[in-house]
Amino acid sequence: MRNHLFAFIAGLLMSIGITYSQMIDPIKVKAFLDVLGHWDPTLLVVMVSALLTYGIGYALIRKRKKPVFAPKFHLPEKRGVDRSLVIGSVLFGAGWGLVGYCPGPAMAALLAGSLGTLGFVAAMLLGFVLAGKFPLPAGTK
Amino acid sequence: METTFTPVSAAIGGVFIGLGGLLLYLFLGRIAGISGIIAGAMGQREGRGWRLAFIIGLLVGPSVVLWFDPTFHFNTPLLSVTVIIAGLLVGLGTRWGSGCTSGHGVCGVSRMSTRSIVATVLFVGVGILVASLINAGVAYA
Repeated sequence: MRNHLFAFIAGLLMSIGITYSQMIDPIKVKAFLDVLGHWDPTLLVVMVSALLTYGIGYALIRKRKKPVFAPKFHLPEKRGVDRSLVIGSVLFGAGWGLVGYCPGPAMAALLAGSLGTLGFVAAMLLGFVLAGKFPLPAGTK
Repeated sequence: METTFTPVSAAIGGVFIGLGGLLLYLFLGRIAGISGIIAGAMGQREGRGWRLAFIIGLLVGPSVVLWFDPTFHFNTPLLSVTVIIAGLLVGLGTRWGSGCTSGHGVCGVSRMSTRSIVATVLFVGVGILVASLINAGVAYA
């Protein structure tokens, strides 16, 4: 139960950050990605601020042997750059550049009740399922 | 569309995003990758509870910001074929690529993970190319 409460607060804090920084607004995100238009570096400030906060905190936490409520830290096991990582990241970038939504902001905006957001999230969830059913052969790049 | 550079709210929002991620790592020992958490909640029974709690936090975040500032407004895309295609690309891409803006861009880059740095350079680079060179014709309201 404590796990659930702290996971809820973590999601809530991230969502408040995504909203308040306006990363939840795809127009704002596209104004950062479209460097040939009226460029708005806001998203860069969000990323640097989040990186510094997480980076400093991570450096302090990493000395711990285990998390407060769990037997061990779960870190990604995959090592090395492979074909799946490259192709996936390129496709994700293309989708992000088209609309200005990445998974966090799209989920956070869901209850605003826009059909466009709903359609985006439904297609994204379908993508999760399809990618899970049909993994790309990793094969080193 | 022209937007205004808003560095203060961006920096504050970034701190919230970083703190949310840290909380999940310190207490549950998990990396706060939003695409991975959502896909995990759909695909596996083990650990579904904390993942759903995190997702509920994500969903209610904007309501908290609106509660503090009732004038806060963010745009959402109108439903179109492009929005659906972008959602599918983001869903497939983030799973094949093992992460999105939060997991790779914030947590992974902070941890100096080579895979995350490569993924982030790729999705930001492709996002900039697509947003700058392609007029996707997506409307927002």
